[in-house]
Amino acid sequence: MIVSIASGKGGTGKTTVATNLAVSLGPGTQLLDCDVEEPNDHLFLNPHWESSQTVSTFVPQINESKCSFCGKCAEICQFKALVILKDTTLTFAELCHSCLGCVAICPENAVETGERELGELERGISHGIELVHGRLRVGEAMAPPLIKKVKAQARAENVIIDAPPGTSCPVVTAIKHTDYVALVTEPTPFGLHDLKIAVEAVRYMGIPHGIIINKSDIGTDDVRDFARAMNIPILMELPFQREIAETYSRGELLVEHSQEWREAFRTLWKKIRQEVELASKGRAVA
Amino acid sequence: MREVVVLSGKGGSGKTSLVGVFAALAEKKVLCDADVDASDLHLLLDPTVSLREDFQSGHTAIIDPDKCVQCGQCRELCQWNAISEDFVVDSLECEGCGVCYHLCPEQAVLFPVNTCGEWYISETRFGSLVHARLKAAEENSGKLVAHVRQQARSLAEKKGLDLIITDGPPGIGCPVIASMGGATAVVIVTEPTVSGAHDMERVLKLVGHFKIPALVLINKADLNPEVADKIEREVSKTAVQFLGRVPFDRAFTEAMVRGETLVEYDSGPLKTILVDIWEDLHRYILSLPSS
Repeated sequence: MIVSIASGKGGTGKTTVATNLAVSLGPGTQLLDCDVEEPNDHLFLNPHWESSQTVSTFVPQINESKCSFCGKCAEICQFKALVILKDTTLTFAELCHSCLGCVAICPENAVETGERELGELERGISHGIELVHGRLRVGEAMAPPLIKKVKAQARAENVIIDAPPGTSCPVVTAIKHTDYVALVTEPTPFGLHDLKIAVEAVRYMGIPHGIIINKSDIGTDDVRDFARAMNIPILMELPFQREIAETYSRGELLVEHSQEWREAFRTLWKKIRQEVELASKGRAVA
Repeated sequence: MREVVVLSGKGGSGKTSLVGVFAALAEKKVLCDADVDASDLHLLLDPTVSLREDFQSGHTAIIDPDKCVQCGQCRELCQWNAISEDFVVDSLECEGCGVCYHLCPEQAVLFPVNTCGEWYISETRFGSLVHARLKAAEENSGKLVAHVRQQARSLAEKKGLDLIITDGPPGIGCPVIASMGGATAVVIVTEPTVSGAHDMERVLKLVGHFKIPALVLINKADLNPEVADKIEREVSKTAVQFLGRVPFDRAFTEAMVRGETLVEYDSGPLKTILVDIWEDLHRYILSLPSS
């Protein structure tokens, strides 16, 4: 089962839920940190790193000795990564989306393979679980290709994906084809507003989903009313306690401090499993 | 024209609450919400929309089943595996590269422009606000960020105002890069947590890459004074300005629930801290060249 931990709003507690859930499940669990712009799970797991590799993507490199300067590559490029002048070519590698249209259309086979570094893919072990994360190169604009590389590492029985905040393309890439999305929110106007957009996105994508309310004792009841009205299960509530916030600030896990939290996160996983089974039965009936 | 962009790296560190405070305290400015993915500033400012326009950017391929002969060339060329065995394009996977559209031998692929969101000019009790909404699960957030910033600049010029305060997105990727180009200064709002420190470091690197003057503000500073001290020490070793510390206070949430900025809701010591921070920030921005 692959479960995404996501949220519209940042800072609601995705990392807290993803790391504590993963560690409470123990061996046979993989945690894939797909927030490649700002990966944080490793700060809480302190893994022993086993491997690290640089991930690159295709960019065109034009062999000017073969090029006839016909300009077809620049015409097909939707992203303005190529400019062909009378007798010279300009490549803007950082704009390239690696669609290979220039390679396909060049009549002279003059487009050769260059590379742009996307970032690092790292894999480590901690608490008997495997952590994989991507670390986007600072200055690189495109997160989705690296997120796909992180997701391609999924192979354990229990896979937890820590998604980036928001609802745009990096989030879509992270949660697509997962079995369930747990949306972490806080019961404040900002939390509710961003939760609504996140629900819109997961419903559009047709993924079963539930809500985890963090800092559950602040704000108002509007998030609970929204969940009821939309018929979305509330999977877990974590109260705001200064102690929890301080534990987090030091980079420590709740489940390391208390057996109760460990049980609470195991119960969360069971609930999600039931929800996934229910959803697949629902699909079978439909 | 001067523009200050508020960023954080890590989400939820308090960017929008602080931009709300600056909005209440600053004079003669245009406000801009460049967190188009999950924009929240309007929840504090209660805007009345005066202009609403569609934002169009990028394309998505659609295969016309009447023209398609199922030769399979598009599926071979598509780098995104966006075309199914029965030749239907998955719009969520489609990158909008147009390779199938340009190279289909039957010209069976349509390639319409996407409407990926809306943008607005609104009036608020603190002046004009330019903001936007990206549709859920959409692409091109960076282009929409660039667009709202451009519109905020035009509006400020038209109104003869020389300051823009911009609420930026979290992270370090495309929308963040789009939010900082050409800014006068960037304020990084962080929190004294291992994640806050880590994420701040990465966004500061990015700001350094673009050579934009930066300031750091620690929010919720008393949650872990040790980490706060460490962040302040690290910052003081660099060219980045240290702007100050804001304590954790439930008043921020209480104000948000009422749709108010903290300085409207609170008149105690917290307000004084925030007023001082704004005055320091304002003085710093005025010391930098206008563009």
